[in-house]
Amino acid sequence: MIDLALDGYMSALPEIFLALSGLVFLIAGVFRGNSGTTFLCYSAAFAFVFSLILLAGVNTGEAFSDLFIMDDFARYIKVIILLGAIASVVYAASFLKDEQIFRFEYPVLMIFAVVGMMVMVSANDLLTVYLGLELSSLSLYVLAAIHRESIKSSEAGLKYFVLGAISSGFILFGCSLIYGFAGATNFDDISVLLSGDNSLNIGVIFGMVFILSGLAFKISAVPFHMWTPDVYEGAPTSVTAFFAIVPKIAAIALIIRILFEVFPSMSEQWQQVVVFISVASMAIGAFGAIAQKNIKRLMAYSSIGNMGYALIGVAAATQNGVYSVLVYVTIYMVMTVGVFGIIMCMRKRGYAAESISDLSGLSKNSPVMAYGMAILMFSLSGIPPMAGFFGKFMIFEAAVNAEMYILAVIGVLLSVVAAYYYLRVIKIMFFDEAEDRFDCDIAFSRRAMIAISVILIVAFIFYPNIVFDGAMSASLALFPK
Amino acid sequence: MIGLLEIGMAHYLTLAGVLFTVGLFGVFLNRKNLIVILMSIELMLLSVNINFVVFSSYLNDLTGQVFSMFILTVAAAEVAIGLAILVAFFRNKNSIEIEEVSSMKG
Repeated sequence: MIDLALDGYMSALPEIFLALSGLVFLIAGVFRGNSGTTFLCYSAAFAFVFSLILLAGVNTGEAFSDLFIMDDFARYIKVIILLGAIASVVYAASFLKDEQIFRFEYPVLMIFAVVGMMVMVSANDLLTVYLGLELSSLSLYVLAAIHRESIKSSEAGLKYFVLGAISSGFILFGCSLIYGFAGATNFDDISVLLSGDNSLNIGVIFGMVFILSGLAFKISAVPFHMWTPDVYEGAPTSVTAFFAIVPKIAAIALIIRILFEVFPSMSEQWQQVVVFISVASMAIGAFGAIAQKNIKRLMAYSSIGNMGYALIGVAAATQNGVYSVLVYVTIYMVMTVGVFGIIMCMRKRGYAAESISDLSGLSKNSPVMAYGMAILMFSLSGIPPMAGFFGKFMIFEAAVNAEMYILAVIGVLLSVVAAYYYLRVIKIMFFDEAEDRFDCDIAFSRRAMIAISVILIVAFIFYPNIVFDGAMSASLALFPK
Repeated sequence: MIGLLEIGMAHYLTLAGVLFTVGLFGVFLNRKNLIVILMSIELMLLSVNINFVVFSSYLNDLTGQVFSMFILTVAAAEVAIGLAILVAFFRNKNSIEIEEVSSMKG
């Protein structure tokens, strides 16, 4: 019964390749010591690129006796994950040099985190969900604390670990309840078992809510968002960038897969939960950010709010909703890459400057960077014709089509509140008195990443179909006709 | 027929639920020591194992026991990482009291 033939593993080829290259880099790192960190970062970027190429050639299908599934949905999300990982590992190479944090474990841990996320996205069994989630979470805990001489970094790692372990406990408890009351751990089996009269079993509902709250922690949705500002502030900026860019996409993809593939029959139950989480996240994200002085904390609240918007699309519980979420997280990923690139450029006399007021007068000191940041901030606040507008527009359109008018109205109102703090950053850059200049020896790779991000955001209006087509086929994979 | 002294599935599930809750409250109510938090986390993860093994026995299905083996392994790795981060924190602060975990606020 267990398929030992080689083609049973071919669907997981990108993950297998990445995991093996992670092991090889670990050995290389041990031999070359911490001096090889920059080299390993770029090697990791190449490993991600190669994995992307492998991903393009992999056939859809199930592997490892149905524990693992490769479909268009997984492929689309994995492409975004790998692109985000490439951006963050390239950022890390120059950032670690700036900050003199040379630890060869850094790129290795990033690779393992990405493998975990890719497994998570392809999970077709509660066991795979758990293993993928833990592989990525355990790597992320260590990454947050990677600057171990810094009080803030080790404290961020500690907080992230404690709260992350609790959320893993929640997910596990939910898995055990679903296993007990539905009688299976495989997604296909559970959805078949739940389709009959058994669909409203109270034990299964409890399990579903437990899993949903554990995953809400991973995407830092309210009421499980407390860790986000502290971890974002404390972790080294390149790690914060990685946290903001990649793991949330994997977690929201997992939420979508579990809700739409395992519990489609319980959509009335989980819709209430998702609507609450979504509204609360948007509100806390919008109002919490207003008082922030640290730009990394500001981005933490911004990411809480943005996950709230993405959850509107999930709450719609339609194929159109999933489609809009996929477009939204793609655009959000590109915007975050640009913003964190600019945050990493904020250095004065060799030290990182993290306060929002440090940006003042940027339009006079380095106008190119100021205009780039302004474009990204306009896009984040959803002002046309930037890409961010289309993401928000499609989310609200999906909510209106699903007749969730109140949710859409609340979302629009709260995005006006959120626009305040994005526009405040622009105001500080262009109208406040100039302060000291930032150091201008910015690595070429970082300039290139910021430029790519800004260009993609501006040019999205000309070539939207690349994203739209991918997201459409990905969302259709979850709704078999 | 389940008498008072006969131990049925409900008893096991109650035990697991109580242990899980004790672990959860151990994390939040404990105001002194970080090691206690690690112990509480371990308690939460292992109480889930009871659930899995009980369901596995009642469903006559081995999946639950396989799952609990994986949980044991991952929980061990998780606590090892937790201890490592704790040691890094201790080197910076010379203390593992919870009140010391407060350099960032807002």
